[in-house]
Amino acid sequence: MLRLEHITAGYNKNPVIKDIDIEFESGKITALIGPNGSGKSTLLKAAVDLCEIYGGAVYLNGNERNGLGNKEFAKHVSYLPQSHSGGAIAVERMVLHGRFPYLSYPRKYGKKDYEYCYHAMEKTGILELKGKKLDELSGGQKQKVYIAMALAGEAQVFLFDEPTTYLDVGYQLELLDIMVQLREQGKTVIVVLHDINYAMGIADKLAVMEQGKLLLSDTPANVYESGAISRVFQVKAKILKDEKGKKHFYFEGIKKG
Amino acid sequence: MKRNRRILIFTGLLILMVLVGLGSGAVRLSPQDFMGLFTEDELTKSGRILLYVRLPRVAGAIVAGVGLSVAGAVIQTILNNPLAGPNIIGVNAGAGFAVVLCGVLLPKSYGIFPLAAFVGAFGTVVFVYYLGKKTGSSKITLVLAGVAINSLLNSASDAVNAFSESSLIASNAFKIGGLSGINTSVLKYAAIAVAIAAILVFLLHNELEVLSLGEDKAKTLGLPVGFYRFVFLMLAAVLAGASVSFVGLLGFVGLIVPHIARLLVGEECKYYILASAILGALFLLTCDYIARTWFSPYELPTGIILSFIGAPFFLWLLVRRKRGTRNA
Repeated sequence: MLRLEHITAGYNKNPVIKDIDIEFESGKITALIGPNGSGKSTLLKAAVDLCEIYGGAVYLNGNERNGLGNKEFAKHVSYLPQSHSGGAIAVERMVLHGRFPYLSYPRKYGKKDYEYCYHAMEKTGILELKGKKLDELSGGQKQKVYIAMALAGEAQVFLFDEPTTYLDVGYQLELLDIMVQLREQGKTVIVVLHDINYAMGIADKLAVMEQGKLLLSDTPANVYESGAISRVFQVKAKILKDEKGKKHFYFEGIKKG
Repeated sequence: MKRNRRILIFTGLLILMVLVGLGSGAVRLSPQDFMGLFTEDELTKSGRILLYVRLPRVAGAIVAGVGLSVAGAVIQTILNNPLAGPNIIGVNAGAGFAVVLCGVLLPKSYGIFPLAAFVGAFGTVVFVYYLGKKTGSSKITLVLAGVAINSLLNSASDAVNAFSESSLIASNAFKIGGLSGINTSVLKYAAIAVAIAAILVFLLHNELEVLSLGEDKAKTLGLPVGFYRFVFLMLAAVLAGASVSFVGLLGFVGLIVPHIARLLVGEECKYYILASAILGALFLLTCDYIARTWFSPYELPTGIILSFIGAPFFLWLLVRRKRGTRNA
C-alpha cells in the first residue's frame, strides 16, 4: 500500500502538484487522468522521489520512504518512466537490471535473477529480442523492454507513466491485461492513462487531476456521474453500449457540439 | 560469443606488441637477450637496456594507455556525453597544471606527482560536472565549458613555466605527451594507482551500467546515485591524473579509445571497460613503437604519432558508423 500524504512537489522551486493526499490500496488499479500539465507524471515522480518535494511525505506500508532508504524502497516499488534512455546494451541485460535492487554480494546476477528476467521477457513477448541491443529497437520494442524491466523485480507497487505510448493497439490491450494480472496477484497498480476508455475499463479507481490538484478519486462510475471528466477535459462525454452491453465512452468537443 | 572473441584477439595483439616493444628500438634485441636476463648471473649490456630502458617504457605505455582510456570510458558514461574525453573537459589539463606547479615547488618529491595530478584532475572533473548540473546545461554547453577550463588551465601551466625557467617539466615534451625519459620513480606510484582504480571500476561494472541508464532510472532501481557518481568521478580522476603525472598531456587516447571499444563490444560496462583498457594499452604501445623506430635515428614524441594515427582513424570510424552510439 502506497500513501501520499499532503504532497506538494515540483521542479526548480516551482510546485506542480499541490497538497495531494491519496492512498493507493493493494490489489487495486488506480488510473490517473487529467489534461496535459495537470501533474499526473509529477505525482508519480513525487512518489519515487524524482522531483523536488516541498511538503508532505510518502508512506509505503506505513513506513516513511526516507526512513526506508533508496534500495529498500526500490525493492517494493517499480516505476516505469515516460521516456527511456539506454544505448548499446542487450535486451536481456537491460531486463536483468530490473533485478538490481535485489543484487547482493558477490555483485553478480544469479540463477533466480535470470529466472525472473526470462519470465518477464516471456510475459512481455520480447524473448526473441533478448540478444538485440537496445538502440537497435523501435520505440514500441524499447517500451516493452522497460515494461519487462519493471516486471522483473518483486515489487508490490507498480507505477506506470503512460505505458501505452509507442505501442500498437494489440499490444496496448496485452499491457492492460498484464496490469489486470498484477491486480489479481494483489499488487498495487497506479497508471497514468490518456485513453479514458482504457482507464474506465480496467481501473478500480479513477483519480482526476486538474492544475496540480486532485479533483476527486472514486470508482469510474461515480467519477462519470460527477461530470468531472466533461468539466476537466472541456468535452461532452457520452456512453455508448456495444452488443455485449459493455460501455464505451464517446467524446465531443464542447465548442463544436 | 563475438565480444569475447574480440577481446581475446586484442589481448593476443597486446602481448605481441609488448614483445615487439621490448625487442625493438635503437638496439634490436633477440629472444636470447630476453633469456639472458634469467640465465646470466650478471646483467649484460642488452639486459640493462631491456631492464632500464625498454621495460619502463613498455610498462609506462600500458599504464598510461589503461589509465587514460578507462578514465575516458568512465567520464563519457557518467556525463552521458560521447564528447567528454578527459582531455576535452580539462581533466588532463587540471592534472597537468598540478604537476607543473608541483615540479616547481617540490622538484624532487616524485611520490607527490601522482597525488598532485589526482587532486588537479579531481578538482576539474568535479567542477565541470557540477557546473553542468547547476546550470542544467546541454551536452554541448558542458563540452564548451570544459574547453574553456582546459584552455585556462593550460595557460596557467604555461605561466608557471614562464616564471620558473628551471622547472623540471618546462619542456614541450610534457605538453605533447610522450614516453621518452619516463621517470621510473613516478611510474611506480602511478602504476599502483592506475591498477587499483581500474580494478575497482571493473568490479563496479554493474553500478556503472545502471548509472548509464540515466540518473532517474538508476535511482528508482535503488542505486545511491550521488555516492556512486562521486566514486566514479574520483576513480576517473585517479586514472587520468596518475597517467598524466608521468606521460604528460597525452590526451587523445582518452577520447577515442572508449569510442572504438564501444563500437567493437557495445556499452555493457563489463566488456566496455575491459576493451577500453586493453585497446588503450595496445594503442599507446603501438604508437610508441612507431614513434621510436620508424624515424630512427630520430625519435618523435609519442603524442604526435598518436594524433597522426588516432585522428584519421577516428574520423574514419565516424563516417563508417551506421547507427548506434547514442547522441554522438
